[in-house]
Amino acid sequence: MNDHKSLGKNLARNLGKDRLIWIYTQMIRIREFEEHVKRTFLEHPGAMRGHTHLADGAEASIVGTLATRNATDFVMPTYRCHAHPLVLGTSAKKMMAELYGRKDGLCKGFGGSMHLADPDRYFPGTSGIVGQSIAHAAGAALTAQVKNTGQIVYCFFGDGASKQGAFFETLNLAALWKLPVVFILENNEYQAYTHVALEDANAQAGDPLSQKAAAFSIPGVTVDGNDPLLVYDEVAKAAERARTGLGPSLIESKFYRLSAHGNAITIPPAPTQFPEHEAIGVYGNKAEYRAAKDRDPIPRFAAHLESEKILTQSERQALDDKARVEMDDAVAFALASPLPEPEEAIKYVYA
Amino acid sequence: MSREMMYGEAMAVSITEEMQRDANVIFYGQNMAMTERDPMLKMFGRNRVRIAPISETAEIGIAVGAAITGLRPIVELWMSEFMLVAMDQIINEAPRLRYMSGGQVKVPLVLKAGYGFAAGWAGQHSNCIYHTMMGIPGLKVALPSTPADAKGLMTAAIRDDNPVVYLHHYMLTLDTGDVPEGEYIVPFGVADIKRAGNDVTIVATGWMVKKSLAAAEQLTREGISAEVIDPRTLAPLDVETIVKSVKKTGRLVLVDQAPRQSSAAAVIAAEVAEKGFEHLSAPIVMVTALDASVPYSEPLESYLLPNEDKISDAVRSVVGEHARMRA
Ligand SMILES: Cc1ncc(C[n+]2csc(CCOP(=O)(O)OP(=O)(O)O)c2C)c(N)n1
Ligand SMILES: [Mg+2]
Repeated sequence: MNDHKSLGKNLARNLGKDRLIWIYTQMIRIREFEEHVKRTFLEHPGAMRGHTHLADGAEASIVGTLATRNATDFVMPTYRCHAHPLVLGTSAKKMMAELYGRKDGLCKGFGGSMHLADPDRYFPGTSGIVGQSIAHAAGAALTAQVKNTGQIVYCFFGDGASKQGAFFETLNLAALWKLPVVFILENNEYQAYTHVALEDANAQAGDPLSQKAAAFSIPGVTVDGNDPLLVYDEVAKAAERARTGLGPSLIESKFYRLSAHGNAITIPPAPTQFPEHEAIGVYGNKAEYRAAKDRDPIPRFAAHLESEKILTQSERQALDDKARVEMDDAVAFALASPLPEPEEAIKYVYA
Repeated sequence: MSREMMYGEAMAVSITEEMQRDANVIFYGQNMAMTERDPMLKMFGRNRVRIAPISETAEIGIAVGAAITGLRPIVELWMSEFMLVAMDQIINEAPRLRYMSGGQVKVPLVLKAGYGFAAGWAGQHSNCIYHTMMGIPGLKVALPSTPADAKGLMTAAIRDDNPVVYLHHYMLTLDTGDVPEGEYIVPFGVADIKRAGNDVTIVATGWMVKKSLAAAEQLTREGISAEVIDPRTLAPLDVETIVKSVKKTGRLVLVDQAPRQSSAAAVIAAEVAEKGFEHLSAPIVMVTALDASVPYSEPLESYLLPNEDKISDAVRSVVGEHARMRA
């Protein structure tokens, strides 16, 4: 762990100091947001309903990817969607209020954790049905292609989603039509409670999941998703390919989800909160989880920035504190926001 | 002999017993039997109990292929909406193959899924989609509302030679009740009168049965005696029992968690309008979800769904109507 020499030094070499600090800042903002969400289950039981999925562990992969983005490129994540809008500049207050089901929420309390959307920031929405948004992402790429806007699309989905029909159908079509999209397969080793080796033929055979790209004759690479600069390198190449009309690429970004899949599924009025990670809770494999914690992308990148003299410890502390205060404020905003008027419920059915 | 158990457990007991009884019954789905500690896996082995990836089209399509060649698959789908990505298999393959073969093949399979989870699961995880399936000839649809029915309908589903969509209501998972031990079958197409009454007939399924029973209890204080009927299967649908009840009460309130025009209530209303019109002394009233997807926030969700008060109000309106018509 903390092996700085493994950190990406290729295209990412050109990233200036400000950009590197920006990457760290976004990573710690995501982590703080998710920690605040997780704490809500203990501090305000019942405030968050349904199913909530966190991005802790995915920060390097998400921010390294989005660091390659141009200002108008589309971003299409899954139901695990708290991190991306934060990076795009969506208000953490409005996001938190949405998770609390409040009137001032990003989607006015209609969507909740799984269905954030901020179309003005090129984040048109998500699906809670595994794999389906892969097709939506290719559709956004079709818009860009037809209108010749020069935009590309960043399409995020899980290892589990790569077994859904929509994945295979969409990748073939996107390759065939040379759609400007980058497919980021986030291999966090688990499909909910099932380890990837139990449900993926490539993984079972000991092959990388990026091998699936060969079926569509597009580039497929596997990258260490705990390192934002390595991720940046690979995504920058794929983004360039998409921008120049050569079509899609598949990037398998390998990292580890550091929290359980989601809060425990309970039947009301039983309270719900985050259980132990499945590695421990289901498989009794504490060693696997501990090793993953040791690879935590945040301390690792912080150590890199310190050793490169880009960020001092006290500067880092200041960024961490700022992110914590931002998310404290987001929770306070959410708690102060009223619940929606019930009669609103039938409002947004048709355009 | 019976034993008190939870609704969720009752389904598992039936599956276990049927797998012991018939080696052709297999069971698979996502996020199940992951470790060797799994009780089903221990009992039946990896050949019959399997983990599936997130591939509903393949999971259900493979069940169809296995069913027409001699197995009796049960597919664990967890939430009914996940079936939607495999609608061809459910609507255009499984129920049609027997018919198109002129009766030569049969398709004995069970698609097990939860539904109606009114707990903040928002737009894509807690809708009621049985209406889409109940009208497909060749497909059967069961919706248990009690632990005993959960067991008896599951056993009937597994033994049925046709494709069955077995929908259990998430909000009932922990409800307890007496469940007969050993072989227990609730035949399809036989409604159950959950509560006898004289003034009004309430027909409901799943969680709505519980809500209707609670409303009926409340209404006794106003001197209104409501009969509550649970059809238990929507296909086949026991219209006869409902019409018989309406003949006695003269009034019908249909309670359904689905939106109005994609509800089972709409179908039942049409059946009773045709077969029981002369017994009706008030218009049929449907208490359904409002016409929207299920929203996330609690006040929005509650506003959308039927509840005890809405049911009671509907009952009062038809009883009042009746009184007015008689006067
Ligand atoms: C079609 C469908 N099947 C099943 C589910 C239930 N489900 C929700 S998330 C999930 C796991 C997805 O795993 P993965 O794609 O690896 O993404 P991750 O959650 O790890 O980010 C499952 C099975 C669903 N939402 N949609
Ligand atoms: Mg995963």
